[in-house]
Parts: sequence; structure tokens; C-alpha cells
Amino acid sequence: MGILLDENSRIVVQGITGREGGFHARACMAYGTNVVAGVTPGKGGQVFEEKVPVFDSVEDAVRETGANVSLIFVPAPFAADAVAESASCGVPLIACITEGVPVQDTVRLSRYLERRPEVRLIGPNCPGMINPGARCKVGIMPGSIHRPGRVGVVSRSGTLTYEAVGQLTGLGIGQSSCVGIGGDPVIGTSFVEVLKLYQADPDTDLVVFIGEIGGNMEQEAAAYIQREFTKPLCALIVGATAPTGKRMGHAGAIITGESARAEAKVAALRQAGAHIIPTPAQIGEVTQATLRQLR
Amino acid sequence: MKVHEHQAKAIFARYGIPVPRGSVVTTPQEARQAAANLGGQAVLKAQVHAGGRGKAGGVKVVRSPAEAERTAGSLLGRNLVTHQTDARGVPVHSLLVEELADIRQELYLAITIDRGFRGPVMLASAAGGMEIEEVAASRPQDIHTEPIEPVLGLMPYQTRRVAARLQLAPALHRPAAQLMTALYRIFTECDCSLVEINPLVVTGDNRLVALDGKMDVEGDALFRHADLRELRDRAQEDPLEAEAVDQGIAYVKLDGQVGCLVNGAGLAMATLDVTNAAGAPPANFLDVGGGADDEKAAKAVGIILSDPAVNRVLVNIFGGILRCDVAARGIVLAYQRKGSRLPLVVRMLGTNVEEGKEILRRSGLNVTFADTLGEVARAISRAG
Repeated sequence: MGILLDENSRIVVQGITGREGGFHARACMAYGTNVVAGVTPGKGGQVFEEKVPVFDSVEDAVRETGANVSLIFVPAPFAADAVAESASCGVPLIACITEGVPVQDTVRLSRYLERRPEVRLIGPNCPGMINPGARCKVGIMPGSIHRPGRVGVVSRSGTLTYEAVGQLTGLGIGQSSCVGIGGDPVIGTSFVEVLKLYQADPDTDLVVFIGEIGGNMEQEAAAYIQREFTKPLCALIVGATAPTGKRMGHAGAIITGESARAEAKVAALRQAGAHIIPTPAQIGEVTQATLRQLR
Repeated sequence: MKVHEHQAKAIFARYGIPVPRGSVVTTPQEARQAAANLGGQAVLKAQVHAGGRGKAGGVKVVRSPAEAERTAGSLLGRNLVTHQTDARGVPVHSLLVEELADIRQELYLAITIDRGFRGPVMLASAAGGMEIEEVAASRPQDIHTEPIEPVLGLMPYQTRRVAARLQLAPALHRPAAQLMTALYRIFTECDCSLVEINPLVVTGDNRLVALDGKMDVEGDALFRHADLRELRDRAQEDPLEAEAVDQGIAYVKLDGQVGCLVNGAGLAMATLDVTNAAGAPPANFLDVGGGADDEKAAKAVGIILSDPAVNRVLVNIFGGILRCDVAARGIVLAYQRKGSRLPLVVRMLGTNVEEGKEILRRSGLNVTFADTLGEVARAISRAG
């Protein structure tokens, strides 16, 4: 099982003829992902890697190939357009990898997406998601570090998610799914929404949760965990060393008030019953110890 | 991207928001002339990208053109240290010379993005003139938050509600509505992450005037604002941070000694936490990004090595897009250019990792390799 992706996921890559889009489309296909179409306006009719048809529009791609997941690599100025195009075609799952999308574009987009409840946006500014059991990778994570298993991962980061997965796999702990929800201040899918999916997934026993400074999404997650989440959760919050008011790479990673600090987030999650991972070097270790308690 | 008060006020004025009469000067002689033009009395305001100017002595009232010249001489060319700057402060290269305002009441008005609401909110308070963080902490009930639906924009009923909450006199409701509407237009049309008027004053003759003005333009939106890009003042930025911005590298100067080069913002924050927990505080945050080539990696390492506080360097690359051999070549290049001998702790995983390690081994640099974050922590505390 796992969440979001499965054996029936059919992927359309928006921006497939670009450098990054092409590179990652190839990597996804090499992993086993069923990439059925590409979209680049004006390049319809081309064939990518001798097997993936390229279309001028998402509408054409969906009609001709039955694509049901969009993976977006278009440059930031055009990212909102690409997301809206997929949403307008009713593509139920959209991962926007693009970094640097203006926040006010995402704000307007989020209003539009509220009118399309069947559509879920992951990102922007995210690594995407993967379901190792289904051999389906929709994103930029290195596929080789994953192995199928029963731990779900959710994170605001890219490379730190790979770090977490690397530690888990190194200890023989496989993943049911991994989702990077994105590092921007306004994103399509929150921690709480992904936790709800893991709660409902019979093949996820435990969740590794990786948050960071900025905003209060971790506190919202803590409230949800306390209220409804019944599975064990191991939580890491990074950015304890970050100074106030400075943007730490991610547009969303900035301390603007007390609740945005790492300590406040750790306290809320601990209060909610999460197993706190004390340093980023101990993600695997704490998860392993928590899994042992389950048995 | 921050802009200066006088730049924000010029934009305010263009959108019809009343601002005090004034002009920008860069020499004491110009300050004298500017004060004379205003009738002799004026306020001199240091133009710096930092709050807390008043308490730090960056805002002075003068009673004559001669005093304006003297005071300008004491402000210009100095660094101003406020509670928002580091100990070096920020340079004062220009002053805003403005007419004195007849202040009856000080208000606060701002628009920013509320993450939970996923949209803009207007913040208003009758407790203007002080730092809004203090108001938020001590009496949050005094701040009114008005969420704005981006599809509708700021609606007239909302401006009436905010005016009522601010307990404005009825005669001020219409000018307040116009001002709020203009502020929202600035926020959206200039892609701001914050516009703030603090204080917004009610004058003795019952007018609303933006006595101060602050605008943060979202860096990610500058591609569609060529005019706003021109407003950047590099002199206000930390020189290494400014260099990093130019190179497209996310860099933040910190207080420690361990120079850090990482790919990915989350992993970079995690790396700082690890090295800090090991008793070796980081000198910087640096995310070199996924698409870096060896020249960009070299520039990043160059920035780290330009920081005199750095006494060792930690590299943590979890390569997916960024190839390890590319990063390694960049590191060696930067060390050669700087002639540096500082010890390096390197942790590399992912694409072309063996080539990367081989390049570093052959380089003659003082490199310790680590495989895990735990090993990184041990190695970096020993390298000091």
C-alpha cells in the first residue's frame, strides 16, 4: 500500500524537455516509475527517450495517456501556470518540485485548488514522493537509498529526507512511503494532511516526522497527533542553531516569533506524545528503538 | 529584499498614501539645505536596513539648518548599531530629512502573509510607534487581524471594520479606507512579504500620515519587478551574504568557527545542529543548491574561506543532483585560490562519491573523511 502512489500511478512530467525535467524523468523511469507522458508547450509530437510521447498541453496528455499524477519541473515564473493547468484537467495528484515560486502565486493557487477538492498539490519547493514497495518515484530523491517497508516519512526538506531515509535503510528499516511537503511558507499539503493518510494506511506502522523552524505547522501537527493519530511517531526538528529573522535557505525557514523556534515545536510534539529525535545523527537509532517497543 | 524608508515612502506617495515632505541627502551640506527648505526645523533619519533606529540614536530632531548640518555630519559615514544589527552595525550613507509632524495619535498598520490562512492579513493596532512584537507579546488583544481573500482583495467593509477597531474619528474613515486600499495594492503589485506603517499618525489637524514606512519585497518575485530590483542597497548587507546572493547561494553568517558547505537547506540546518551539539559552533549556514557546477561550488567555498572567523571547514554533500566529483573539484579550486591550509572534514554520499573522494585525497589538503553524521560530529570537534 503506502500513500499517494501505487502501481496504478501514471505520471505526466511537465517540463520534460528541460534539463532538470529530462534528467529526473529518466531517473524516475530507471527506478520503475510509469512515466506515460511529457508536456512542453510547443514541443508536442516529440518523443522522449524513444518511448514517452510529449504533448503541448496537459489536457492532451491526460486524454491520450490517462495520466493521473503530474510532476512539475517548469521554471518558477511559470510554475503556478503549470499547477493550475494540471488542476484544471482534474489530475488528482500534482507534485511541484520547482523552487522559488513567488508566495503570492501560491496564495492565489491555493484559492483555486480549494475549488478542486479532488486535486492534491504537494509542494512547491519539494523533493516529491516515493513508494518503494510499488517501485514508484515521483520526485528528485535518489531511488537507490530506499527499500520497501512499513515506516512512513514526512518532511519539509529534500536532502534531509534523504539523510533520514539513508539512516533508516542502513539499519534495515524500510519505508512504506516518503513525502517531502516543501520548504515554502505556503504549500499545497500540510503535515496534518499527510499524517491523516498515514493514519489510514494499514501498511504504515510508524511515522518519521521531520520539521524545521518557521511557521507553526508542526504545532498544528502536534494538536492533530494528540487528538487522533494512533501510530507511534518519531520527530526531528532542525534549525535550533538558526538566528532570528534570517531565512535559512528555505523561504519558509525563518524565525519570526516564539512559535517559529525549534524549541517551541519540539515542546509541542513531545507534549503530544511524539518520540523526539535529539539530533539529526540519531534518526535511525530512535526509530529502531521505537519499533522495538512495538513488538 | 529590504528597501530603505525613503524608497518605501516614494512608492507610498505614488499610490496616494500621504507621507511627510522631505528629501534624501548624502552630505551635511545637503542636509543643511534640505532643512532650510523645510523652514529650518526638521527630523533627520538614518537610512539603514534595521529596526530600532530611534533608540540607537539614528533619528534626530534639529531646530536650524546649521544644527542639521552638524547632526548630519555626526550620523553620515558612521555605522549604526541597533538591537537588530550585529556589533558592527550597518553603515549610514544617506539621511531622510523630513518636516516635523504634529502628532496627535500613533497607529500601526501592516500587511503580511499569514501561513495558516495561506493568504494576506492586515494587522492594525492603536498602539503604534512601538515595536509590534512587544505589543503582540504583552497585549495581543490590541492587535486586530483582518484576513484578506486574495480573489476579492481588501473589501470596503473590512476597511470600515479596521477603522472602527482603531477608533478613528468618523471624518478619518474615508481617508483611512483609501490608505488601506492603497497599501494592499502595494502589497500585491510589488509582491511584498511585508508592508508596514509604524507609526501611522493622526496629526493635530486631523490627517493621516505615514510617518515611517517599511517594505520587504519577496526575493523570489524580483524576476518580474525590474524597477524594484534597482532599490537593492548592497552596502546594507553583510559583504559575504551579499556576495552569496549574487552567486545564487543561500548563505547566512553565524557566530562560530566551523565553515559549513552543505547541499539542501534542511540538511544544512541539520548539519549546523550536529556541529553545534558537538561543541563546535558553526560560522555559517550555506546551501550550495542542487544544480551547482564546480565553479559555483568553488565560489561557495571561497565565501566560507573569506570569513576570518573560520578555522575549519565541514562539507556535507548528500548528492542526488549535485555530483560529489563536482563538489570536490570546487573545494580544491577554492583552497588553491585562497592558498588556504584549513583542515577539512568531508562527508559525501551519492552520485560519483568515489571520484569525489579521490580528487580530495590527491589534492594534498588536510582532509578527514566521515561517513555518517555521528562521525562528522566527532571529526569536526577533533579538527579544531
